[in-house]
This record gives sequence, C-alpha cells and structure tokens, in this order.
Amino acid sequence: MNEAPLVGQQHRSLDDTPVRVVSARPTLSTRLKTLWSRRELLIGLVWSDIRIKYKNSTLGIFWSMLSPAFTLGVYFLVFSVFLRNGIPNFVIYLFSGLVVWNMFQNSINTATGVIVDRAALVKKVSFPREILALSNVGAAVVYFVVQLVVLIIFVAALGHAPAWRFLLILPISFLSLYFFTSALAMVMSAINVYLRDMKHLMEVLLQLWFWLTPVVYSYENSIAPHLSRRGLTIIYFLNPITLIVVTFQRVFYVGTVVKSTVAPYAKINILPTWSFDRFLELNLALFAVTVVLFLIAEAIFGRLEGNFESEL
Amino acid sequence: MVAVIDVQDISKSFKIHHERNQSLKERLLHPRTGSTEVFHALNNISFTVGQGETVGIVGHNGSGKSTLLKCICGVLKPTSGEIRLRGSLAALLELGAGFQTELSGRDNVYLYGAMLGFSKNMVDAIFDEVVDFSEIEQFIDTQVKFYSSGMYVRLAFAVAVNVDPDILVVDEVLAVGDERFQAKCVDRIQRFREEGRTILFVTHNADQVRALCDRAVVLESGDMIADGATQDSLRIFREHLMQDAVAHDSAQLLGTITIDSVTTPEGSFDIKSGSGLHLDAAVTSQTAYSGSFVIELFTRGGLLVSRSDAQGSPVNLLPGRNVIGIDLAQVPLLDGIYDLNVGVLDHHANTVIAWSEKAASIQVTYDGREGGIVELGASIRQQ
Ligand SMILES: Nc1ncnc2c1ncn2[C@@H]1O[C@H](COP(=O)(O)OP(=O)(O)O)[C@@H](O)[C@H]1O
Ligand SMILES: [Mg+2]
Repeated sequence: MNEAPLVGQQHRSLDDTPVRVVSARPTLSTRLKTLWSRRELLIGLVWSDIRIKYKNSTLGIFWSMLSPAFTLGVYFLVFSVFLRNGIPNFVIYLFSGLVVWNMFQNSINTATGVIVDRAALVKKVSFPREILALSNVGAAVVYFVVQLVVLIIFVAALGHAPAWRFLLILPISFLSLYFFTSALAMVMSAINVYLRDMKHLMEVLLQLWFWLTPVVYSYENSIAPHLSRRGLTIIYFLNPITLIVVTFQRVFYVGTVVKSTVAPYAKINILPTWSFDRFLELNLALFAVTVVLFLIAEAIFGRLEGNFESEL
Repeated sequence: MVAVIDVQDISKSFKIHHERNQSLKERLLHPRTGSTEVFHALNNISFTVGQGETVGIVGHNGSGKSTLLKCICGVLKPTSGEIRLRGSLAALLELGAGFQTELSGRDNVYLYGAMLGFSKNMVDAIFDEVVDFSEIEQFIDTQVKFYSSGMYVRLAFAVAVNVDPDILVVDEVLAVGDERFQAKCVDRIQRFREEGRTILFVTHNADQVRALCDRAVVLESGDMIADGATQDSLRIFREHLMQDAVAHDSAQLLGTITIDSVTTPEGSFDIKSGSGLHLDAAVTSQTAYSGSFVIELFTRGGLLVSRSDAQGSPVNLLPGRNVIGIDLAQVPLLDGIYDLNVGVLDHHANTVIAWSEKAASIQVTYDGREGGIVELGASIRQQ
C-alpha cells in the first residue's frame, strides 16, 4: 500500500463517503430512508413483473387494456339487457368500484407469497425485502391505471359526466388505497414466511372481504338503513376499502339518488348524500390512518424479517 | 488509511427448528411440537478493513465464513453488533445472483445492477463491458432459465465486477466456470487490487489466498482465531488443524510424521488422459503409526476433482522412512494441470496428522474432443 501501483488508475478515495451501518435492529426512520433510496429498484422490479406477465407478447400493454374493456363490455350487456336491476348506467357504478377492488385484491394475492417465491434472491442479494411486496403493489397500480383509462373512455363514450368537483378528492383516495394496500401486502408477505398457507387463507378472506365492500351492490340501497338502525354504520366503514370505493363511485357514477329504469317514479338511494366537505374530511382522515398503518406495517416487517433465513 | 469495512462485535445465531411444520393448521393444533435450538454461527467477531486492502477469510466448512460475508453485505442481519461500511458494495455470494429466470440476460443485468444499488445510467454505461466479460453475447436476450450454471455465474460475476464497486465481496464463486474464466476473474480481482479497491475474499483454496490477499482472517467454529498477514494467518490455520489432531489423539503426533516428497518412477508427472499413474510418497515417521492416507486432486482454479482414502484401508507407518505407493488405475481427466495434496489422517477421528499441500502437479494431455475436466467417454447415437 505504500508503493504506487504500476498499472490502472487509482480508485477514488472514500475518506468523505458517508458511512452505512448494518445493525441488528435499524430504526424505523433508517428503514424508511433506505427504502426511499432504493426506489429505482422498486421501479425496476415493477417493470420486470409486468414484462414477465406479458413476455413474448408484442401486444403487451394492449392486452392489459383489452381484458378490462372486454369485462366492461360483458357487464354492460348483462346489466342493461338481461339482469336489469333498475339502476341506470349500473355498469359505471360497478366498474368504478371494481377498479379499486382489483388493485387491492391483485396486490394482496400476489404479494402474500412473494418473499417465499423469491427466496433464492432474498438469500443472496441485499435490498430492503419489503420492496418485493411493494413491487407487486406497484404492478397492480399500473393495471389500475390501465383500467382507469378504460373506465374513463367508457364514461366518455356513454356521454356521462363525472362529478368534476369531487375529482379533487380522487388523488387522496388513491393514496389511501396505496398506503393501505402496501401496509397489508408487506405484513402478509412476512407472515407467509412463517405460516405458509397464509396465502390460501388470504385468498378465501379476500372473497369474503369483497362482499363486505359495496362493489356489486349499493350500500345505501341495500344495507345502510339496517346498519344505521342498529348503530353499526361505523363498523361497516372500518373497512378502509369501503370509503375509497364509495368515493370512486361518487366521482364516476355521480348520482346519489336515481330514478329506477324499471319501476316508473321509483327512486333508488344509491350513494351517500354527503356533501363535498364531508367526503373530503372523511378521505383526509382515512389518508392519515393509512399512513400510520403503513408505518406500523413497516415496523412489523422489520421485526419479522430478522428471522427469515431460518424459515426460507 | 480510512476504514471501509468496520466489523464491530458481530454475533449471529440461527434458530434451528426440529420437525416443525410451517402450516397454519399444524401450528394452531400443535403449537408446542418440535423444538427450537439456537445455533451460534458467529461469536463476537471484530476487525476492520482499510481502503485498498484485500482480505481473505479462511476456515473449515461450517466455520461461519459465508455467514460473516452475508452479514457484511446485509443479506443477513447480525443478532448483535454493528457493521459500518463506506462506499458501494458488490457481492457474489456462492452460486449465482438470484436472477429472475423468466427474464432475459439483458433484463437481469439491469435488475441485478439495481439490486446492487446502481442506477440505470450506470448500468447503461457498462453494459457492453458486462456482456463482453461474460462471453455470452449470443444469449444475452435469451431467458436466463436456458442458461447453463457456468453462463449464469459468468454473467453474475461480470455484473458485480463491472458496476464499479468500491468494495467487492466474493464467496467461493471462483470454484465454478471453466479454468480460463477463473483466470480472468482472478486477473480482474488483481486489477481491482491495483486500483486500490477493497476486496473481501472467501475461499477454501489456500493458494488463492496466498496469491491475492494482503491479510487473512481465520474463523474456527464461529470464532475469529487469527487476523494478520496472510502467511501468519495461514500458518495459524494449519496449526489449528494439527492441534485438532493432537486434541483428538492423545499421542503427541504433532510434527512426528512428515511427508517428504511425492515422486513417480519415471520422474515426470506428465501423463496422457486415460492412462494410469503410479506415485511414491516418502513419509518419515518417528513412531509406528496406523492411519489412513488421503489424496486430493484439484484443478488450478481450485475445484476439487477427487478426494480419496482408498476405502479407508490403513497404512502402517514404521519408525523411520516409509514409502507409500499410490496407484491411480486411470486418470480420465482432460487437458490441464492438476495439483495433488496428500496427507495422513487419523482414521478414527478423521483429523489431519500430516499434510502436504501441492505435493505434486500432474500435467494431463488429452487429444479427444470432449471439453471440461473429466472424460465421460460419451457416445451419441439415434435410437
Ligand atoms: N440459514 C441457516 N440456518 C441455520 N443454520 C445455518 C444457516 N446458515 C448457515 N448455518 C450454519 O452456520 C454454520 C456456518 O455456516 P457458513 O457460514 O455457511 O460456513 P462456511 O461458509 O464457513 O462453510 C454452519 O454450521 C451452518 O450449518
Ligand atoms: Mg461457505
């Protein structure tokens, strides 16, 4: 080290580079900083996920639009011709909720098994492990955007105007969806390392969860009166997806009380008649809650990941 | 000199579960079945590596070398203690890199680069060099699942050494791939050294440590038993081997048996592939001793070709000079130089009593068409 090397240029000096610390239990803020510094990896993983799904298909992203468009078309046919439930433009109502639900369900279903599936990687390369779960959420977000585009095209094609003012709340609602989904995805992916059939259990639970969320039925129309009579409304809204779904429906479907298309003069209460301020308030509150849940999930993940190597 | 890797009092223990089922049902029904044992793989290890140093980590299998490297890279979390690192780090831990097999080599290069913490622009800049180094141009757009393990390791190594890391960590990967690629890797590690980068290097091959490292750390059952100049550490490592032998066999055998030379009747170690070889080992013993005789054959790259104790048949050493004949019925090796290690083992405790590393180098010439290290005599015909 005293003599100058004969070949090659000298590598940069590291005197001023910051120190990274590997320790038994990094603090939550260190974890979050590390996570943020690796966002490029997250993006890379999201794209590789999508590529694998559409590998060798030149139509790629086009397929991913075609499939929701097709689903939408089928629903349109079914609900306006065969199963007329009297709700006008029911397909828009259905699809605005489904867009949200699909993002949630896809994320959780793929993320739960991801750490076990990628054990080879987890055992060999160092990176924040929760990025794997977050990359599944990221891929689901991409499909969510694609479906949203399909929905918007559809809404425009039907000449149906969204609730412009409520559109402002949509980003807040989406962020709540993102943080809540990420939180659950991280925790489930870690638990599944210890309890391998969590994955199957989750699939079943999600089915049940779907019916507890007003996607294919109208909360106002079917269960709201029963719940409020018993003071159970709050319980129903403990499901964070509910408010998000209702907000999306309010934005795209718009109508709160609509005229039935089958029974003349009958009115249907389809969405809560809350004011803009009420919607904003509730969504801001939910956003704050989901951010806290995200932080808690990150901390839980940190606890659980310490022992991955003994389980994988 | 600034400390680039500062390992402070690292311990790592693993929980080992006996007969435990990872299903929810099993855990709910029988929460107490199976026992959990804590295994201490590393105990209070501390050392620092300064910028520009090349440090080797040696130790027996299971002594905790890989565990230590994994803690340093952050793949494992230490149970206690702290590691402080400066600069970017690229690691090659055992075989491969955990590539995404469904993706092409190209996509994996970018993804692996990102895993190591290098940006897309940085990988763009070195992409051609990576492909060049790995020698898999034709297959770079093929899915990695169709790669041979050699191609896989070459690509992983090419990324790790080309991303311009400040610290390179290598764990026994040089045992894979063909000899020429190994030589290329050793060259690249040499160049890294000359450029003043920091390298941490694990291998079971004492010669590689001797050739590449300024310093060596010796691990023994999770404890650090030496940290010093390569020669000193390797000597302590060997002495430890000997002490083990003494500890197991109450007789003071240490230094009582020496392997003086290994020769052939013809005086030459050049043979043709497939032919046999007779070797004579001259062994001096101070006492009568019955043990087993072991031979090991390594490629120059440090890959173990064969280890044999001739079915454990004992050799009876008499006081004074003994000649032990070793007959290799046939050597089905391909072109190359193979190093021979010989030793005397206590056949009850399986500990080393005398050892001669690189006692001879056998040069094999082969003029057939097979490639690799061993001739399988394959014939291929349509059924
Ligand atoms: N994930 C793990 N779970 C339990 N034990 C482990 C694990 N990884 C390594 N070990 C144990 O730790 C010890 C050290 O292993 P390792 O670091 O791989 O040794 P080396 O690389 O020196 O051969 C071994 O006894 C091994 O069985
Ligand atoms: Mg090892």
